Amino acid sequence: MADGPLRSNLQPLALHVPEPRSRPGDPVDFSDVIVPAADSMARPDEAVSPHDMRDLSFGLVRVLDDEHRAVGAWDPRLPHETLLKMLRTMALTRAFDERLYRAQRQGKTSFYMKCTGEEATSVAAAAAMQGDDMVFPSYRQQGILMWRGYALTEMINQIYSNRGDKLKGRQLPIMYSVPELSFFTISGNLATQYPQAVGWAMASAIKGDTRIASCWCGEGSTAEGDFHSAMTFASVYNAPTILNVVNNQWAISSFSGFAGAERTTFAARAIGYGIAGLRVDGNDALAVYAATQWAAERARSNKGPTLIEHFTYRAEGHSTSDDPSAYRSAQESAEWPLGDPIHRLKQHCIALGIWDDERHAAMDLELAEMVKAATKEAEKNGVLGHGMHQPFETMFEDVFEELPWHLQEQMAQALEERAAKWPK
Amino acid sequence: MAEVMQDYATSEATNEGAADQTATKTMNMIEAINSAMDVMMDRDPDVVIMGEDVGYFGGVFRCTAGLQAKHGKTRVFDTPISECGIVGVAVGMGAYGLRPVPEIQFADYIYPGIDQLISEAARLRYRSAGEFIAPITVRSPFGGGIFGGQTHSQSPESLFTHVSGLKTVIPSTPYDAKGLLISAIEDNDPVIFFEPKRIYNGPFTGYYDRPVEPWSKHAASKVPTGHYRIPLGKANIVRAGEALTILAYGTMVHVAQAVVEANGVDAEVIDLRTLLPLDIETIEASVKKTGRCLIVHEATRTSGFGAELSALVQERCFYHLEAPVERVTGFDTPYPHSLEWAYFPGPIRIGRAIAKIMKD
Ligand SMILES: Cc1ncc(C[n+]2csc(CCOP(=O)(O)OP(=O)(O)O)c2C)c(N)n1
Ligand SMILES: [Mg+2]
Repeated sequence: MADGPLRSNLQPLALHVPEPRSRPGDPVDFSDVIVPAADSMARPDEAVSPHDMRDLSFGLVRVLDDEHRAVGAWDPRLPHETLLKMLRTMALTRAFDERLYRAQRQGKTSFYMKCTGEEATSVAAAAAMQGDDMVFPSYRQQGILMWRGYALTEMINQIYSNRGDKLKGRQLPIMYSVPELSFFTISGNLATQYPQAVGWAMASAIKGDTRIASCWCGEGSTAEGDFHSAMTFASVYNAPTILNVVNNQWAISSFSGFAGAERTTFAARAIGYGIAGLRVDGNDALAVYAATQWAAERARSNKGPTLIEHFTYRAEGHSTSDDPSAYRSAQESAEWPLGDPIHRLKQHCIALGIWDDERHAAMDLELAEMVKAATKEAEKNGVLGHGMHQPFETMFEDVFEELPWHLQEQMAQALEERAAKWPK
Repeated sequence: MAEVMQDYATSEATNEGAADQTATKTMNMIEAINSAMDVMMDRDPDVVIMGEDVGYFGGVFRCTAGLQAKHGKTRVFDTPISECGIVGVAVGMGAYGLRPVPEIQFADYIYPGIDQLISEAARLRYRSAGEFIAPITVRSPFGGGIFGGQTHSQSPESLFTHVSGLKTVIPSTPYDAKGLLISAIEDNDPVIFFEPKRIYNGPFTGYYDRPVEPWSKHAASKVPTGHYRIPLGKANIVRAGEALTILAYGTMVHVAQAVVEANGVDAEVIDLRTLLPLDIETIEASVKKTGRCLIVHEATRTSGFGAELSALVQERCFYHLEAPVERVTGFDTPYPHSLEWAYFPGPIRIGRAIAKIMKD
């Protein structure tokens, strides 16, 4: 058809298509990112009505100030051991990411995803929850497993899809499943975990349990219907849930404006559902801890769910399949106004007099060695594509609890094919 | 609105066969798909493209590269990550009179959009007695063989062929991809256009331990730069033969052909190109000639499109058949990661089926 029926006395409509602040080669200007002072947000009681805390959906909960001190009402006043353990776990997460990213580049596996710059959003959140609270993560919360002490070799076996992988080489690398650490099996389909977390929390409430549930997704994924279904159910049933949105500004090549960030914050999504909403400096581990602690306390005392937006930055590519220099300015990462979460917590510990650069450098070396040793250990079980995979039969197991006739036939067929290809 | 579009579709001057008169360029499948959209955007101001990462970046597989820069960002744009929204707004744009070509980043992620496809796009024409139509073409990369695990490997075509009111198209070469995509975009009904991502860059033959030839070594990479159509509903006999008929589409066309060459069996290999509407005449004529039929697809077996093909061949060619119709498919499991090649219906599975079918 031709152009629409214009009535000449009316202004023609115009479609708005969002544009990010900068593209490759552009100078970076983050002056529109408002960074309020660390002690500027009030901390309401955990039982507050969502209507009386709307400003917390638009402000930014921060604890660490420019001098690396913990200040304000949200300071969780953590013991030094907890601070140092969080620092170590975040550094371990980064060391692990570095090594496994390289392993993918060396052809040892098909795929890897880092969480560089976002370590606090999982490590500090896990630290503020009970170890048996159920988590429904996306693919970027390896920090939770680090905090909960999962064996690195188990993670690497999964990444290599080798014969040591307890998930039998079925899942894409990093799609862990660790029920013994209350860590749900990861899906590749975005936001599906959101209503599931709400359902788990509803079940916990039905049974009079004391455990709560928590889920994570990226800001881009909040566009999926599952996110909104989860919010509605969480609101209707006052489900004891912490719903985390990790706003790392990018969803592959699409900036947060394509998820609605030009209009409002992600935390403000809570308001329409009558849920508590908190917007947090995601690169401030103490702020993440404090917000999660607040939300956990609220959920555990039957006061309802909380949506937490972690305002952070995806410092590296989306995954090993991605080259961000094709769509965003290389400067962004360095100029991100909220800094780096590990560096900030480290400086805080130094300011407290419980840490120093030498110890930090030594720890980094130690962690790199630890990851390397775990990698070597896992490699004894093989790497992807080198024959040391799970037996062919395992391909047919777990489709159902029991193997129906057609899968039995197909299993036999697969074994015959193997015999035809590799006659013993 | 609908009439206007009907006029548009029938008033086109270009015909099938006119292709050889235009200049050609060597293209891989990605470039051919890109060229189809580019040509259609030049010709028809109502064609719009949208999807996750398709705008500035040009798509995670680069199929829309350069199109936003050329045609503007109100005609080629990124979308929120909501497949339900992508398909739903495409239906609405179609109701206005546009001709949207939404991309779903991976076929594995089409499911959140399925209600809009099945309950809406597929039925607008029927429920409004032709007053509203959904002239949309949903493009999506599908199929495995790239170590993508269970959420980047699926072949869900039979979910769509099962729905009344949807057309399903699957190309197997750059030349076909462009001509079929142009026909799909021009078609006034909703079309699911699945792109076998394993053969985006070269015709993978299923011998995974051998290098894949680039498309440039293949005749079907000579693609006209202008407008041409390959009609929907027309299969292509890619290899004539007398001994048996092999029905395949997408990646499996190349795998089947390679096995046939290796085995020296005189098979007739038919690339279906369109699953719905199906070119039943070509299939029927071939099976009546050869008396044997093998169906090959990568999708899971049970209720796969092969079941439909097998029933049709049996209904129409029963008295000509000299052996039972055979199916070679993926196994009825989710697509595994490390055992990808044990899952994939490769040369061994196809070779064994050919041997079985030729035995009696
Ligand atoms: C349903 C679905 N649609 C599309 C995709 C493809 N995809 C994988 S990650 C991604 C971007 C997600 O961005 P965001 O939610 O911001 O999370 P981030 O990667 O930034 O952590 C997309 C589009 C998918 N995995 N699932
Ligand atoms: Mg993101």
